[in-house]
Amino acid sequence: MLRLVKRGHVSKRERILIYFLSVLAALVTSGLFVLLMGHSPWQVFQSMILGAFGSRLRFQDTMIIAVPLIITSVGIMIAFKMKFWNIGGEGQILIGALFASYFALNFSDWPRPVLLLVMLLAGFAGGALVALIPAVLKVKLQTNETIVTLMLNYIAFHLVTYLQYGPWRDPNSKGFPKIANFSANALLPKVFGLHMGWIIMLILVVAITILLRYTKIGYKIAVVGESKDTARYAGMNLNRIIISSVAVSGGICGMVGMIEAAGVNYTLTPSLTGGYGFLAIITTWLSGLNPVAIIPVSVLFAALTKGGNFIQTAFQIPQSAASVIQSIILFFVIGAEFFIQYRIVGKEKG
Amino acid sequence: MTILAEMRNIKKSFGDVIANRDVSFELRAGEIHALLGENGAGKSTLMNMLSGIYQPDSGSILIHEKPVTIRSPKEAIKLGIGMIHQHYKLVEKFTALENILMGQESSFFLRKKELIQKVEKLARNYHIAADLNKSIYTMSIGEKQSVDILKVLYQGAKILIMDEPTAVLTPQEIQSLFQVMRNMAAEGCGIVIITHKLNEVMEISDRVTVLQKGSTVKTLITAETNQKELTDLMVGKATDLQIERPKTQLGKVVLKVEHLEAINKDKAKVLKDISFELREGEVLGVAGVAGSGQKELCEALAGLYPVSGGQITFHGESLIGKSPAEIINAGMTMSFVPEDRLGMGLVGSMDMIDNYLLKAHHKQKGLFLKRKPLEKVCENMIKALDIQTPDVHYPISKLSGGNIQKVLIGREIETEPQVLITAYAVRGLDVGSAHTIYELINEQKQKGVAILFIGEDLDVIMELCDRIMVLYDGEVKGIVNGETAVKEEIGLLMGGGKLYA
Repeated sequence: MLRLVKRGHVSKRERILIYFLSVLAALVTSGLFVLLMGHSPWQVFQSMILGAFGSRLRFQDTMIIAVPLIITSVGIMIAFKMKFWNIGGEGQILIGALFASYFALNFSDWPRPVLLLVMLLAGFAGGALVALIPAVLKVKLQTNETIVTLMLNYIAFHLVTYLQYGPWRDPNSKGFPKIANFSANALLPKVFGLHMGWIIMLILVVAITILLRYTKIGYKIAVVGESKDTARYAGMNLNRIIISSVAVSGGICGMVGMIEAAGVNYTLTPSLTGGYGFLAIITTWLSGLNPVAIIPVSVLFAALTKGGNFIQTAFQIPQSAASVIQSIILFFVIGAEFFIQYRIVGKEKG
Repeated sequence: MTILAEMRNIKKSFGDVIANRDVSFELRAGEIHALLGENGAGKSTLMNMLSGIYQPDSGSILIHEKPVTIRSPKEAIKLGIGMIHQHYKLVEKFTALENILMGQESSFFLRKKELIQKVEKLARNYHIAADLNKSIYTMSIGEKQSVDILKVLYQGAKILIMDEPTAVLTPQEIQSLFQVMRNMAAEGCGIVIITHKLNEVMEISDRVTVLQKGSTVKTLITAETNQKELTDLMVGKATDLQIERPKTQLGKVVLKVEHLEAINKDKAKVLKDISFELREGEVLGVAGVAGSGQKELCEALAGLYPVSGGQITFHGESLIGKSPAEIINAGMTMSFVPEDRLGMGLVGSMDMIDNYLLKAHHKQKGLFLKRKPLEKVCENMIKALDIQTPDVHYPISKLSGGNIQKVLIGREIETEPQVLITAYAVRGLDVGSAHTIYELINEQKQKGVAILFIGEDLDVIMELCDRIMVLYDGEVKGIVNGETAVKEEIGLLMGGGKLYA
């Protein structure tokens, strides 16, 4: 009979070994799947990697996915550190984009740096305001933040859809339900061929790392996350800490909305979130709530998406099959977390 | 004499922690067998394996001299093994009878009358006083325990394991429990009592097995041993059991509590008209059965529990309505060592420095934390209090209970408090660590600190404290002098009685 035993301390080497084995198992399993479809697994995997990193242009495409994913993950992580389960990233991104778009559409005559900065701050404010709702409700009425943040995603989505079909519809779009494209003034400039969101991303990762590790605020967030009773005992103002850091968490997600609107879509659409709000929950968790680890994890995720798209055209593999391969790999990597915590032992006869 | 249960060379580990290294144990019919050891010696783990909660990694268990594998508590019950846990497994809304009959295999139609007669007969045989139609939530802790015992007996247990059954009882309730245990032994049951209280071992047990660090040290016949020998076996070295009560000069009144009242979430009064004074250089003990308002009193004093009436003054200044941060910032140096060490006093996953920061971060200016200078402070604390830890960066939760408590008290003492409130400061600590804590408390007392000592072991309170305040159901039942106090009197007060003197 087999049974599970909780591991004690896991050394770094064991951890790396488990992850390595899980990736290997994932490749073997998805390789079998590829073989079943009549392709060579070796070639398919190779072109997945090439599709994600093979050329400068492909690398940029991968980074276009990675940048918003990293920023959203860092934002969500602040809330997660307090065990405040913010799964409203989607809504916070959208409302951030909405706030930023208001300035992009109405004040396009402002000087470019001023306009972009105002848009970024507006994006932050929008995301923060959405996040304040579940935070205040939780503090005052002990509501469940998971439900509230999730439902706000739908409200945000339908609000933007309403604007798109109604008041904000572009009169010059010949009846097509679309919000006007931003003027050139309101677009993020490119640095090394990639919209400058990646610079914002690097600044944010460094700033949040310092905030969480070396400042009083970061320390308080960690204590609140570990035990609310301890925080009260230590004389911390619990409500103020929760509300302000959840607002920052949402605000950072809101900045993603601005970056996606001004750097990728050049307008506001309900689909600009690209599912990053949900995907970021996985990357944040896989990174072990460590802001620096979020970067490689998110880049790998982006590469998986990009590579998956690439093999669709290269091998005429249907999209659903590409998704199966992606999901198999994801499944094994997340499953590795389980084997880091437990090991299976055979039971000796007693 | 027949051997009911035998455990041979039992080994059990949880991850890296070895709970039982090599334990052998034997229980005979008709005996009360005490299992004695410090916390972490592996007593509860061993008994949890006998009652099917854990399975041993190696070693064998024999019931009625036949080897068995006990995979679940259900299988244990089938083998006639029942365990009374520290937290009774009863449904609060049900009556005693419903709890006892619950989950029993029976024929399709409940033959209630017959079953009631069976339970009543059991209660009569063992002289267990219990009102079968009373709901559990209206019962005292002692009554609940009786119901739990009846339930286990009704399930047909011949082997009864009791995990620290006296921890929450008044002296009078302990006596009636012991009587029940003697009756059961006389009927041929085998009883294991897990405890770390020596006087109870001497009083109730026929034999005693001492565990130390996961191994059996020795099994002795109680009548042929004494407390000193048992302690030495338990700790592994010769010890001094005496607790000192140094004489000090009483100073000014530091803390004054007048007519303090508090209500809980269900609008029930948890503190009723509490008044007392605390002077410099004295230890005021608080005795009472668990849940008599000790927790609420401590937290109200520390500004963590809402007060509905009355007054608390610190050097003449009111504390009512002040938050813990305001109390700290006003320079009122009051330290509170809460009963829930890792859930309130410390953060288990953090290291010593970050735990020290819990209090110290208020005094640091600016946005950034300064951890470096605290390294030295923490290292000095490790030396001064002899804290066993690899270094200051080691997570607190991986230390032993005694060392965790030293870190907590050490931090509070470091702030040079004028009032020190300790709630169950020695709970779960072994004899050696407990004495270090008593010494620390006495040291503070001699420095002129006013100390409120919430305790559970009456013997300790009577030896350590200058005055003893007895709480019952949120009320002060009386304040007696520690030197002249009589145990039975305090016991009477703890049970809600009055002194006629």
